[in-house]
Amino acid sequence: MGSMLQVRDLTKRFGGFTAVDRIGFDLDEGEILGLIGPNGSGKSTTFNLIAGALAPTGGSIVLDGREIGGKSPTEVCHMGIARTYQIPRPFRKLTVLENVAVAAYYGANSLISRSEAWRRAEEALALTRLPNDPSVRVDGLGAAGLKKLELARALATQPRLLLADESLGGLDEQEMDQAADMLSDIRREKGITIIWVEHIMGVLMRVVDRCVVLDHGEVIASGLPHDVAHDPKVVEVYLGSDAETIQTQVAGRRASAETGTEAAVC
Amino acid sequence: MGSSSFLTGTNAFKGVLLAALLTLPLLGFSDYVLHIAISILLWAFVYTSWSIMGRFGLVSLGHGAFLGIGAYGTTMLWNHYGLTPWVGIPISIVLSGILGLLIGLPCFRFKITGHYFALVTLALTEVARLLIVALRDHTGGSLGVTPVGMVSPENPVSFYALQFASKSVWFYIVVGVWLVGLLIWRAVDRSMLRYAMEAISQEEDASASVGINVTRTKLTVTVISAAMTAFGGAVYGQYQQYINPETVSGIAISLQIVFAVIAGGMFVQLGPTVGAVITILLGEGLRLGFGNQFHGLDVTIYGLMLILFIIYMPRGVLGKAIDAFAARTAPPRVQPGE
Repeated sequence: MGSMLQVRDLTKRFGGFTAVDRIGFDLDEGEILGLIGPNGSGKSTTFNLIAGALAPTGGSIVLDGREIGGKSPTEVCHMGIARTYQIPRPFRKLTVLENVAVAAYYGANSLISRSEAWRRAEEALALTRLPNDPSVRVDGLGAAGLKKLELARALATQPRLLLADESLGGLDEQEMDQAADMLSDIRREKGITIIWVEHIMGVLMRVVDRCVVLDHGEVIASGLPHDVAHDPKVVEVYLGSDAETIQTQVAGRRASAETGTEAAVC
Repeated sequence: MGSSSFLTGTNAFKGVLLAALLTLPLLGFSDYVLHIAISILLWAFVYTSWSIMGRFGLVSLGHGAFLGIGAYGTTMLWNHYGLTPWVGIPISIVLSGILGLLIGLPCFRFKITGHYFALVTLALTEVARLLIVALRDHTGGSLGVTPVGMVSPENPVSFYALQFASKSVWFYIVVGVWLVGLLIWRAVDRSMLRYAMEAISQEEDASASVGINVTRTKLTVTVISAAMTAFGGAVYGQYQQYINPETVSGIAISLQIVFAVIAGGMFVQLGPTVGAVITILLGEGLRLGFGNQFHGLDVTIYGLMLILFIIYMPRGVLGKAIDAFAARTAPPRVQPGE
């Protein structure tokens, strides 16, 4: 598996405030990378820089050898990167199926027929376990349903890289586990590479291959979940009193003999 | 648009309605009645043109500018260059489309939406009116202008000048124009463009993130709407044989377009047509009832009714009627605009 995305010296300043300060990491094809850190650490900014919602002040983001920093969200989508939103942003005037179909139609990097768009939409709905009944409206969905719709809409564009923004927020424990399993299934079944920004550490650590930890806009640690969870700096600035619980969860994952990607610490 | 089936229903039903409409000139009505019918259908076309973009939250208060380009463009090319309206109308339509692009591009690029978009377009229509007045040597200024006439009692038809003395001929022309407007409305309604615009009107950023080119999509509906409106303006000028800055551009006419569409219902195909029936009959009723005693009374009543409609009936008369009908036959569903 080769490197798909390379982030180098990525910087974003808002006036005098540096939200992201010369960060760098690599992402391998087929990998799930957890991007974590305390509030205000620069996770969302990094995410928005990759998704094209923000233009970098400096540095580069290279996807398959092509610079994507500063491209518009639409262009980034057509290059094979899809994103979800932390707070779901459904198109409320459209049905659930139409929400996903419009993404399939416009998100495809070539012109596709309308029936092909609807077929892709139904496939994405199946993958996220949402009903493909054409009459189901967005208002009928609960918090978990809306999170799934975010995911389905992103998947319908047939991305190679999925950027998942806090897919667990607002979910109960069982729903969180299901959502984590879903991301894991998406990677396994579709081979889609995933960057997962998350606040809730335990569930994330169970699924990701590797973590990048940000604090004050800088990378303070990166590597396998086990190593990151035991990194003294990460424990100090982020995990705090939860460190032991999370270390136990990560150890549990290792015991269950899940295969992890080799560490490729940058 | 399943819930609108009771009015747009089966093709047979629509065919009967259309046939009934087409017999109107044969029933011996006075020219005045025909004139009212022509006005309703012609303005219904203009209102339908506005709703092509208005229904997606692109509330333009500047359609008077597009109307003015259509009417003045065609008339000026005819009066000054002898260019037949058959060529002048397409040129005016293209010019109007270009103006739509010029005003839309910066607005959409810089995310000027909602009230701000309405204000920009409001300025546009007033600029158009002032320009027509300022260029009085060419346009006739605020006194208006008459296309050079080619018809007379002996020669009542001029295809070349697109001038017809008979109201019946104009009635059939305008029915055709109106039908074209409805067909374009339906084509947009059934296209992927509608899904994209519904998405954009709700969540612009999320729309861009799923690959919708927001600026291009908005420009597309704006140009369609601007071009259609110019066509309406041109036909209006040809029919009336007289145009002035107040009737085909400026704030008053732009507001009337918005009011009519909101009153009729902008989310259903025939809503703007119902809006035309309401505004034309209201205008004529007030004119006949009060004469010129209370100048500006109709505009005052429009304003008051606009406020009442926006508060109590945001989906318009036809939208409300369809909702009421649908509520009796099917479980309620959330509709845009509610």
